[in-house]
Amino acid sequence: MKQTIFALFFLFLPSLVFADELNAANTSWILTSTALVLFMTLPGLALFYGGLVRTRNVLSILMQCFAIAGIASILWLVVGYSIAFSEGNAYFGGLSKVLFAGIQEDTLSGDIPESLFALFQMTFAVITPALIIGGFAERIKFSAVLLFSSIWLLVVYAPITHWVWGGGWLQEMGLLDFAGGTVVHITAGTAALVAAMVLGPRKGFGAKPIMPHNMTMTIMGAGMLWVGWFGFNGGSALAANGDAAMAMLVTHISAAAGAMTWMFYEWIKFGKPSALGAVTGLIAGLGTITPASGFVGPGGALLIGILASIVCFNAVIIIKQKLKIDDSLDVFPVHGVGGILGTMLAGVFASTQLGVFSGQGFSLETITSIPQQLGVQAIGVISTLLYTAVATYIILKIVQMMVGLRVSEDEESQGLDIVDHEERGYDML
Amino acid sequence: MKLITAIIKPYKLDDVREALTDINVSGMTVTEVKGYGRQKGHTELYRGAEYVVEFLPKVKLEIAVTEEQLEASLNAIEKAAKTGKIGDGKIFVTSIEQAVRIRTGEQGADVL
Repeated sequence: MKQTIFALFFLFLPSLVFADELNAANTSWILTSTALVLFMTLPGLALFYGGLVRTRNVLSILMQCFAIAGIASILWLVVGYSIAFSEGNAYFGGLSKVLFAGIQEDTLSGDIPESLFALFQMTFAVITPALIIGGFAERIKFSAVLLFSSIWLLVVYAPITHWVWGGGWLQEMGLLDFAGGTVVHITAGTAALVAAMVLGPRKGFGAKPIMPHNMTMTIMGAGMLWVGWFGFNGGSALAANGDAAMAMLVTHISAAAGAMTWMFYEWIKFGKPSALGAVTGLIAGLGTITPASGFVGPGGALLIGILASIVCFNAVIIIKQKLKIDDSLDVFPVHGVGGILGTMLAGVFASTQLGVFSGQGFSLETITSIPQQLGVQAIGVISTLLYTAVATYIILKIVQMMVGLRVSEDEESQGLDIVDHEERGYDML
Repeated sequence: MKLITAIIKPYKLDDVREALTDINVSGMTVTEVKGYGRQKGHTELYRGAEYVVEFLPKVKLEIAVTEEQLEASLNAIEKAAKTGKIGDGKIFVTSIEQAVRIRTGEQGADVL
């Protein structure tokens, strides 16, 4: 017996001694997560958004999601990944990983292949610009979408990724953002809001609600997003371990809490629970837990999900009805506000002193209290929001000069599917 | 020959079809339409804003009948499609000038 144990010890010695060996379990999980996150965009988000617009614009949404997936992937390969994750300075990576230079089959990032890490991150780089399309839906030129998304990816998304995950200044400061509260949701939400304001509202906005043409499509997409998010947050652990499991668990709890809270809130406030409300609450819960998912516990996640819906519900009404901004698919009130809320709540529920609502602890040794962590979180929120807002505005203006932003009024009435793509989404009879 | 055009509530279609079959009126064409009359629609909620849906889904039936079948057909449709609530619909009668059975080329009232 002793001899067997002795022999086994020598078998496992290499992986004990050499920390940077490929870990097959972690690699398997991240391979899977990568597929799940891509699935969130294609077709999860595509269907979710697609159902919410009018029949005449359904293809424009699906097309924009697919096109952004294609273009963002290539840009990520060419220079995006390098800007985000190579050594540079505190704000911007260098060009050492352009075209994934130096990344071979056996190159590792931690204990998973770097090719996989880069691909996993690519799926985040794909979904973030895709989220923005909700802000300018039903009235933007296709050429403008491509140009804007491309520039935005490299000027806003990649640098902010560097700040938060690529060794940049926010990471150094101890910002807690596990899977993209700032990097994905605040950036996409803010960009959508700015775009909605720069483009102006859809024709007829405010006079009457512009209704979803296919709620079944939207609900299908929502289901795919819920499942895919297990890869988004669970995969951000970059390991197949307790962290990933807890991240997945808290994600699910916040999702369920978010969906039910919105549903009941709407039922009480307006008399009936709607399917649209339930899935919006779901997304609010998911988006809000995202930055906190690696740092909080199940009790915290429950409260986060409930708060997410209460806050985002009111944000939707404020943006659409009070401020009359046509952020058509509610990107800022749900993702933007959710991202802000979640990033702040991560600072609260990371604390180990909250009894059953405790989390896994603050980010740095030097941070020892909730107010201290909240300070760091606030800097993360404000800096990403402001940088995104200003940069997005400038990019939009440049795109406006180059190709224009909006289709004409008549074209908008006809619908983008015919005008931009000469196609019809449905050919019934 | 008369053409009956009836606009009814969609869920009443089966009742009307049965009632017409019972009196041996054997054909109809059905179209899904939207419309409004004095029923100004109903309210729905979208993102917390209440609004009025003006156009409501209805079903349009077109039935060609002989003069002899007309009265009974109108009664059957009216009785089967009625709920007593606003939005029950309307029936219009127009004259048919000519009718042709495509398969055989027959013309006139025998076609109905």
